[in-house]
Amino acid sequence: MQLIFELSKKGRRGVQIDPLDVPDVSPPSHLCRHTDLRLPEVTELDVVRHFTRLSRRNFGVDTNFYPLGSCTMKYNPKVMDRIAAEPGFAQLHPHLSSCPAFLKECQGALALIYHLERLLAEIGGMDAVTLQPIAGAHGELTGTLLIAAYHKDKRNEKDLVLVPDSAHGTNPASAAIAGFKVVEVPSAPDGTLDREAFRAALTERVAAVMLTCPNTHGLFEPAVQQIAEMAHAVDALMYYDGANLNAIVGRCRPGDLGFDVMHFNLHKTFATPHGMGGPGAGPVGVNEKLAPYLPGPRVTKTEEGYELSEPIKSIGKIAPFFGNFLVAVRAYAYIRMLGAEGLEAVSANAVLNANYVLSRLREYFPPAFQGNCMHECVLSAVPFLQHGVKALDFAKALLDKGFHAPTVYFPLTVKESLMIEPTETESRDTLDAFCDAMIELARDASESPEKLHAAPTTTPVGRLDEVRAARELNCIYPA
Amino acid sequence: MSWIANTEDEQREMLRRIGASSLEDLFTVIPEEVRSGRLALPGSMSEFAIREHCAELAKKNDTSLVSFLGGGYYDHFIPAAIDALVSRGEFLTAYTPYQAECAQGTLQAIYEYQTAICRLTDMEFANASLYDGGTAVFEATTMAVRITNRRRIQCSPTLNPIYRRLLETHTFNLGLQIQTGVDPVGAACVIVQNPSFRGTVSDYTDLAQRCHEAGALLVVVFNPVSLGLLKTPGEMGADIAVAEGQSLGIPLSFGGPYLGILATKREYVRKMPGRLAAATVDHKGLRGFVLTLQAREQHIRREKAMSNICSNEALCALRALIYLCLLGPQGLKEVAHQCYAKTEYLKRLLPAEWLADNATTFNEFVVRLPISADQVVERMLTRGIVAGLPLHSVGAGEPTELLIAVTEKKTRGQLEFFAQSLREVVCS
Repeated sequence: MQLIFELSKKGRRGVQIDPLDVPDVSPPSHLCRHTDLRLPEVTELDVVRHFTRLSRRNFGVDTNFYPLGSCTMKYNPKVMDRIAAEPGFAQLHPHLSSCPAFLKECQGALALIYHLERLLAEIGGMDAVTLQPIAGAHGELTGTLLIAAYHKDKRNEKDLVLVPDSAHGTNPASAAIAGFKVVEVPSAPDGTLDREAFRAALTERVAAVMLTCPNTHGLFEPAVQQIAEMAHAVDALMYYDGANLNAIVGRCRPGDLGFDVMHFNLHKTFATPHGMGGPGAGPVGVNEKLAPYLPGPRVTKTEEGYELSEPIKSIGKIAPFFGNFLVAVRAYAYIRMLGAEGLEAVSANAVLNANYVLSRLREYFPPAFQGNCMHECVLSAVPFLQHGVKALDFAKALLDKGFHAPTVYFPLTVKESLMIEPTETESRDTLDAFCDAMIELARDASESPEKLHAAPTTTPVGRLDEVRAARELNCIYPA
Repeated sequence: MSWIANTEDEQREMLRRIGASSLEDLFTVIPEEVRSGRLALPGSMSEFAIREHCAELAKKNDTSLVSFLGGGYYDHFIPAAIDALVSRGEFLTAYTPYQAECAQGTLQAIYEYQTAICRLTDMEFANASLYDGGTAVFEATTMAVRITNRRRIQCSPTLNPIYRRLLETHTFNLGLQIQTGVDPVGAACVIVQNPSFRGTVSDYTDLAQRCHEAGALLVVVFNPVSLGLLKTPGEMGADIAVAEGQSLGIPLSFGGPYLGILATKREYVRKMPGRLAAATVDHKGLRGFVLTLQAREQHIRREKAMSNICSNEALCALRALIYLCLLGPQGLKEVAHQCYAKTEYLKRLLPAEWLADNATTFNEFVVRLPISADQVVERMLTRGIVAGLPLHSVGAGEPTELLIAVTEKKTRGQLEFFAQSLREVVCS
């Protein structure tokens, strides 16, 4: 398929600008651009056709089952997009919040922020929530910065953060950017945190313990309360990575499990669209230990309306204003539509669907761990290595069956891992079709592995040469 | 409403297959004493009810005022085709393009975006997007620290104060020295903004040279629309160019989602944060696109990654790309030119002694008024005008200074009414 740059014809226009209605003046030449501005010259129809064609070379939740583990690719209800497009939200200038005189012009937005923070605080069992963090990893960074501020304030000399080996890569990366050294704690053979290793790693130097619960093995940490108790005994704070909140939302709150700080992924649990990788949103909840350090400004409610204030010991600013506001608008609508019972049904059916997939596939693909799973199951393709078939081959072959691949090669703790998260919005019919496809592929893998090696054949391109891409580094169109 | 597909009968059959007696049975691993019981949330709502409720909230935000607010975030015209295209579910509901074969739409769009940004800025590599302009300044800073192994950062006094605050917050535990100034000696980087937060335009070519002589990097924060007219970061010799991409077809959205743009030179690409798409071929020789140099990123390198970024602002990058394609070179030049000319026209309608900076400005300028800016904006509001940003409210100027932004959307009539109103409210 052609690039939009390859469609360019000199003199074509996509947009008409009104003629200038004031005197024509130009800045001094030495401040002006003297290079060619080589953007495409195309019509609006060229643009519409090009990007419509591009879109058809993608899988989305709207077109295909997308069982990516730890990504929670649930259906994104259209009503949320419609609400986010309200001119009163989408066209609102953020600097209206910078000046007291303008606050009365943005009361609806401030109200929504205030109420969403309260809703999330209730869902997480937290005292306060900030919507500022722009993504999940940004929430992790915010949380670990809050932890750093807390320890600095108490003059605690702590420089380590404990992170399980099953954690998402963002956990250690965020802790490192917040100025901490990362200590990895291994998993036990049953897939939960190795308690002995944890005990050994937990010294006075530990500032925080970052846990995902259920973890990326799809397992609830049964000892999470004891882990929290041990951590608190050395004044280490407990960080909850909300990536897997969909498993327990509405029925169990991180705050009640002993966590001091957490982030929510609005684009996972609260159904806002992933947008090819973003925008998401990663609000952070804290208990009373960390509330004084939250980024400002905070929206407060008074008799006169919604106002802004700075927490006394605020770490500063994490986002220019209130984070990804239009993502927050969508999540607010989602939570209000579901209510408490709806959220309970979400986690119930997310866990039901994952266990159903596990029950159908476990005899073909050995589960990495025994027993039931929570919202996702981790299987392994190791038995097929003897036929030369890897997890990656299953991933590619599934594309030909019309399914997006599960997460593969993560968690790093499981060899040839296939991590499947169906989410609550998929029907049993879809799950059955997916499981049937997986079982058929398992048979093919033993009998005719070349079929899997050749996949995918129905996608716009076949397997791509990544080595060549890295070597040539053709990252902008050269012509 | 929870968009759950399975009927109660199906749920029962599925439970039987699993070997569980009830849905609750699936949660026995969670200790009884930490189960929360029913959450204290308001009752559920229908689609109709939530739309009415949110429309009410939206109405409490007044977007009918004629606004001269800028301060880094601008009200430009947004063509309808952008919304139509980014609403397609194949873009909107796709994940990060890790499975390249079923994400060619995303990957080619990123490649085209990277190309468009490099052509706009005259830089050699651009990443697939960061969160916003302020966090892009932070990422550029840590990138410069990695490249130079120095820990002193010089920030121009006219850098957007929000970016400065974001930079200080994000790095407060990293032991960097964040200072005000443009002295490259011993610095990892010098960060300048063009046009500055006050709207003034400069040429940083000489500074780039001084930076390079001192072994420091020059980070230029630019306004993407301005590059339809103004000298580019690449022409000046910038090492890293970053921007808030909101002005490229992204609505104001009360602060987000926005778009962090970061572009750099070839020699620094391996130190660059964020995703990067590259062209390659499949086994048949067909052109295709993949994510490349992923070993820089957190999912591979964990605590040694160039950044912790995972989710980015891909859909906003797509908006920016479509905007640049629709406008084309001529359209972007016209928009930039109109922003400049209309700003100049408004400046000429105001008393010359009010103009605070004796310099070329782009789409924004500061007036120093005889009375407080707070008082002025209050009075202007009664005339249906948001007059601009009182600079002291963002900690960036004197109480009498007002930052006024003018985009191509403002008509001559609006500018004249604004100037007349401003004279009147100041003198009243």
